[in-house]
Amino acid sequence: MSTPAFLNPPAHTQKRKRRNLIFQSICLFAAFIAVAILCTLIYKVVVDGVGRVSLDFIKANPSQMFPDKAGIWSPLVGSMYIMALTIIFVVPVGVAAAIYLEEFTYRKNRLVRFIQVNISNLAGVPSIVFGMLGLSLFVTIIGLGKSILTGALTMSILVLPMVILVTQEALKAVPKSYREASLALGSTQWQTIRRAVIPRAIPGILTGIILAASRAIGETAPLIVVGAVGLVTFPPDSLDDRYTVLPLQILDWIGQPKEEFRIAAAAAILVLMGLLIVLNSLAIIIRARQQAKG
Amino acid sequence: MKTVLGELAVGMQTEKTMTEPPNGLMVAQDVDFYYGNFQALKKVCLEMPPQKITALIGPSGCGKSTFLRCLNRMNDLIDGTRLEGLVTIDGHDIYSKDVDVVELRKTVGMVFQKPNPFPMSIFDNVAYGPKIHGMKKKADLEVKVEECLTRSFLWDEVKDKLHQSALGLSGGQQQRLCIARTIAVNPEIILMDEPCSALDPVATAKIEDLMLELKEQFTIVIVTHNMQQAQRASDTTAFFMLGELMEVAPTRDIFLRPKNKRTEDYISGRFG
Ligand SMILES: Nc1ncnc2c1ncn2[C@@H]1O[C@H](COP(=O)(O)OP(=O)(O)OP(=O)(O)O)[C@@H](O)[C@H]1O
Ligand SMILES: [Mg+2]
Repeated sequence: MSTPAFLNPPAHTQKRKRRNLIFQSICLFAAFIAVAILCTLIYKVVVDGVGRVSLDFIKANPSQMFPDKAGIWSPLVGSMYIMALTIIFVVPVGVAAAIYLEEFTYRKNRLVRFIQVNISNLAGVPSIVFGMLGLSLFVTIIGLGKSILTGALTMSILVLPMVILVTQEALKAVPKSYREASLALGSTQWQTIRRAVIPRAIPGILTGIILAASRAIGETAPLIVVGAVGLVTFPPDSLDDRYTVLPLQILDWIGQPKEEFRIAAAAAILVLMGLLIVLNSLAIIIRARQQAKG
Repeated sequence: MKTVLGELAVGMQTEKTMTEPPNGLMVAQDVDFYYGNFQALKKVCLEMPPQKITALIGPSGCGKSTFLRCLNRMNDLIDGTRLEGLVTIDGHDIYSKDVDVVELRKTVGMVFQKPNPFPMSIFDNVAYGPKIHGMKKKADLEVKVEECLTRSFLWDEVKDKLHQSALGLSGGQQQRLCIARTIAVNPEIILMDEPCSALDPVATAKIEDLMLELKEQFTIVIVTHNMQQAQRASDTTAFFMLGELMEVAPTRDIFLRPKNKRTEDYISGRFG
């Protein structure tokens, strides 16, 4: 009796397995580089900034004169304003647009296809371009000035394609059988959407909104273009006030020569990262729950 | 073919007017159906009379589901589809411009192959239809839900857990719930697309009993791959192949003396 092939693999099988191993190692190495760089960055920021993070740091306004008393209150409030307003503006429009594209246009015509392609493209446009659009549309044409309202509207346009796309994905993931069941009972499309589809899509939509929120507090470039300023020592208290946001404050501090400002910048980065981590974990938790429910 | 069907329709109508007005006579005349360029139905003519169960049989892909979905215009939802020919209910063309599809689907209910209760409570599943059609009072809804669950032989099994999720029911119970949900909007015609294919024999028997009970009131059209089921439950059987209606006859006749060679081959299990 001869030994079966699985005990005595032929030469070409061994060669295939060697290749497999080589490729596996390359991928592992690439992943390692990425993680290593990330870890170094985080390590450096933590070492520099962790001692500076405190409630006082959060509650104090930035200051040019006293670098070690400076805090992040006004940029933090600015960021929160931008985030909240952006969500308020973008959710109704984004969700409605997604519902239209996904639910009302099952007979896809050219116009719908055209809109769809353009939304996907818009999602990839560099953010500075949205800043320029905001500048000419909201500041110059509509005349809202370099206010927080302009900032939030600009940010809304920036995250709109993303909200639409994520919402569309969430709607797509709702099984067709629910729609059919509902329509077969004689519901209108809107009744079907509202009662059978949206309840199941809400976790997905929420994920999209949270991702949009985290994008809104992370983006800087378009806000510089539409007039957020580097140093504002008071939190805004109306929608046409001047304002700054966290990433911009960080940018400002990093540009300062004094060592204390660099440390303050590291601490502010930690706060910003903390916010982003919280938002993203929220999105992950919602998604995981939804998958567990099936 | 057409004239025979025509006479049949006339005969049926006169016979029915003597007892009660015929409601829910569904007729397909020369129906051609296209998915884009692909023709899925070719000149299908079929009568589906009230108080009768019409079974559609045939090999996979022959167009049974497609035909069924033409009857409540579910195919409207698919991009690029087109229907030629005539589908009528009690003489009214359901594809005419004046037809309100939403009302049509209320008249022509549908039960799907895979039980598809909504992910909500048993009560809310049955109340879904009445609610969207404007029933608001809780008391009315409760009466309606009990009535429909009783009629679909489910009430005793679920009366203590009406407010639990419908997804916790067994497959057979879910399918009976879907039937209860369908009759809750008072249709005249009920279409069923392989309603038992996901169920075991006991649950299947229950659904068949239910169908026999329901046919007193509704026109029932059922797609099935189960020859025994067609024989047990249906009055008329229509055999489809490659988008064509090969043979239609009273169920006993088609199973005892199929006229078409291919019908015979199919029902005796030689292909399909
Ligand atoms: N949405 C669709 N788009 C294009 N072609 C389709 C679509 N649905 C069905 N068809 C085609 O139409 C034909 C009939 O399909 P249908 O689903 O009606 O068959 P069926 O008799 O119900 O089969 P089964 O017994 O497997 O359910 C098949 O050739 C199928 O490929
Ligand atoms: Mg089918």
